Amino acid sequence: MSTERTAWTFVTPALIVIGGFFAVPVLAAFVLSLTDFDLYALADLRNLRFVGFGNYLDVLRAPLFWKSLLNTLYFVGVGVPLSIGASLGAALLLNSPLARAKGFFRTALFAPVVTTVVAVAVIWKYLFHTRYGLINWTLGQFGIAPIDWLGDPHYAMPAIIIFAVWKNFGYNMIILLAGLQGIPQDLYEAARIDGASTWHQFRHITLPSLRPVLVLVGVITMAGYFQLFAEPYVMTLGNPLQSTYSVLYYMYEEGFMWWSLGRASAIAFLLFALMLVATRVLLRVARRSGEPT
Amino acid sequence: MNQRIAKVLVNGGLIGVSAIVLMPMLWMLSVSFMQPGEASTYPPPLLPAHATWTNYHELFERAGMGRYLANSLAVATAITLLSLAFNLSAGYAFAKLRFAGRDRLFQTLLGALLIPAQVAMIPLFLLMKWLHLVNSYGGVVVPGLAGVFGIYLVRQYAQSIPDELLEAARIDGAGEWRIFTRIVLPLLKPIVVTLAIFTFLASWNDFMWPLIVLSDQAWQTAPVALAGLSREHVQDNELMMAGSVVTILPVLALFLVLQRHYMQGLLLGSVKG
Repeated sequence: MSTERTAWTFVTPALIVIGGFFAVPVLAAFVLSLTDFDLYALADLRNLRFVGFGNYLDVLRAPLFWKSLLNTLYFVGVGVPLSIGASLGAALLLNSPLARAKGFFRTALFAPVVTTVVAVAVIWKYLFHTRYGLINWTLGQFGIAPIDWLGDPHYAMPAIIIFAVWKNFGYNMIILLAGLQGIPQDLYEAARIDGASTWHQFRHITLPSLRPVLVLVGVITMAGYFQLFAEPYVMTLGNPLQSTYSVLYYMYEEGFMWWSLGRASAIAFLLFALMLVATRVLLRVARRSGEPT
Repeated sequence: MNQRIAKVLVNGGLIGVSAIVLMPMLWMLSVSFMQPGEASTYPPPLLPAHATWTNYHELFERAGMGRYLANSLAVATAITLLSLAFNLSAGYAFAKLRFAGRDRLFQTLLGALLIPAQVAMIPLFLLMKWLHLVNSYGGVVVPGLAGVFGIYLVRQYAQSIPDELLEAARIDGAGEWRIFTRIVLPLLKPIVVTLAIFTFLASWNDFMWPLIVLSDQAWQTAPVALAGLSREHVQDNELMMAGSVVTILPVLALFLVLQRHYMQGLLLGSVKG
């Protein structure tokens, strides 16, 4: 048997799965987004009509879409920097030569990453309870009045962001820790001989050396945070006053509650487009701020 | 001089942050052993007054959690084993076997990583309906049989296998299949473990797709069932914590045992740029 033939026998099974259950569905989703596929079409395909970009126009005219979009941007805009900040802080602590029992702390801080998002969201729902929650009780010890975390439209999204930071920061912490360990020690030694303070060393050695890793981590985290769904599904059902209703939640309800599958596909593509633009912007900003001034 | 203060700050910081991070899970464990209603008092109790298995009994006898956990185990195991076979053979071929259009094909696959999975979900649901796989294990397992990330990971690792080794085996008259199973797979062992734990954890924790394709309770995985239960039993704090414990425990235990392999995969997977 020739190598060429073998190679194809080795890759074809995987290609069929990825093609049939991902690539074709993605193309089909685009076609679907140009039709009025709904419950009637589900029953009988003859009810299907081509509507051009009608679904996109409808969605862009729906106030709920803009609400979900703003909520998602809020979650991404605040959640991503906070998550990466927490990851960097934890990585710096773990990387310090003064730290003891590093293995234990690394595992402890990473543990939330491997947990099931639904299960830990259920925990946090009770932690955020207005009367009996541990969080309000702790705040009460400092004289802060109870906050209606998941019932007040101003606090529901911050609550979900706090939860997301707790759940996810460990992942980037590991990547940033590897980045920190890759910075040559003699850079710091030279700086110390020159009398640079710890802050100066961080600002002029650590941060610039970490730049590529930070950009990578930023892109990955942002893509993940745009796909906000399970957290509001479990903790708030998108409420109060739809303040935690995300774009994916909107897609899910349009598609699988109202069975407007054409419309839901259009929402999915709008989210995809938004993610591409946001990634492009992030990379451009990173490149520009990286240029020497 | 300042060294001692810095040491206290660093280690104190680590202890403080770890305490905050671990607290929700310890609290979950503690509340799951409380009497029904006990956690809904003020001030919130940290430990059960009289530890009880009531919630676990209730969870398995009345809420049918055993069935959901078995579903999760079946689905995650099937996806892990089958996708390993698909991804290992494809990843090896992309790394070590020459064929026309190989590199361009691989680049195209990598490009697909940019597309969020949810874009495919609606047609995928229709496809599964057409194949009569909605509300069956197959509906969750089949789309997970191969993945670009898995192929990428295997390819990265397989590139370190020396070509001379494979050539020597070919000259000795070994067939390609024999080379793959006897020479390549043993060399890929570390990445097999890494990929297996990655896939198992991801499938166990997956939520949105199982939620869509498993509307019938009998087939639901633990996370989907838990989300449903938490809507029915809003007041049953202690019962829900027991549900969270049994959902998280298997993956957390698996991670703790195979931690080193998991971290290795995480780093290998993120250094693509």
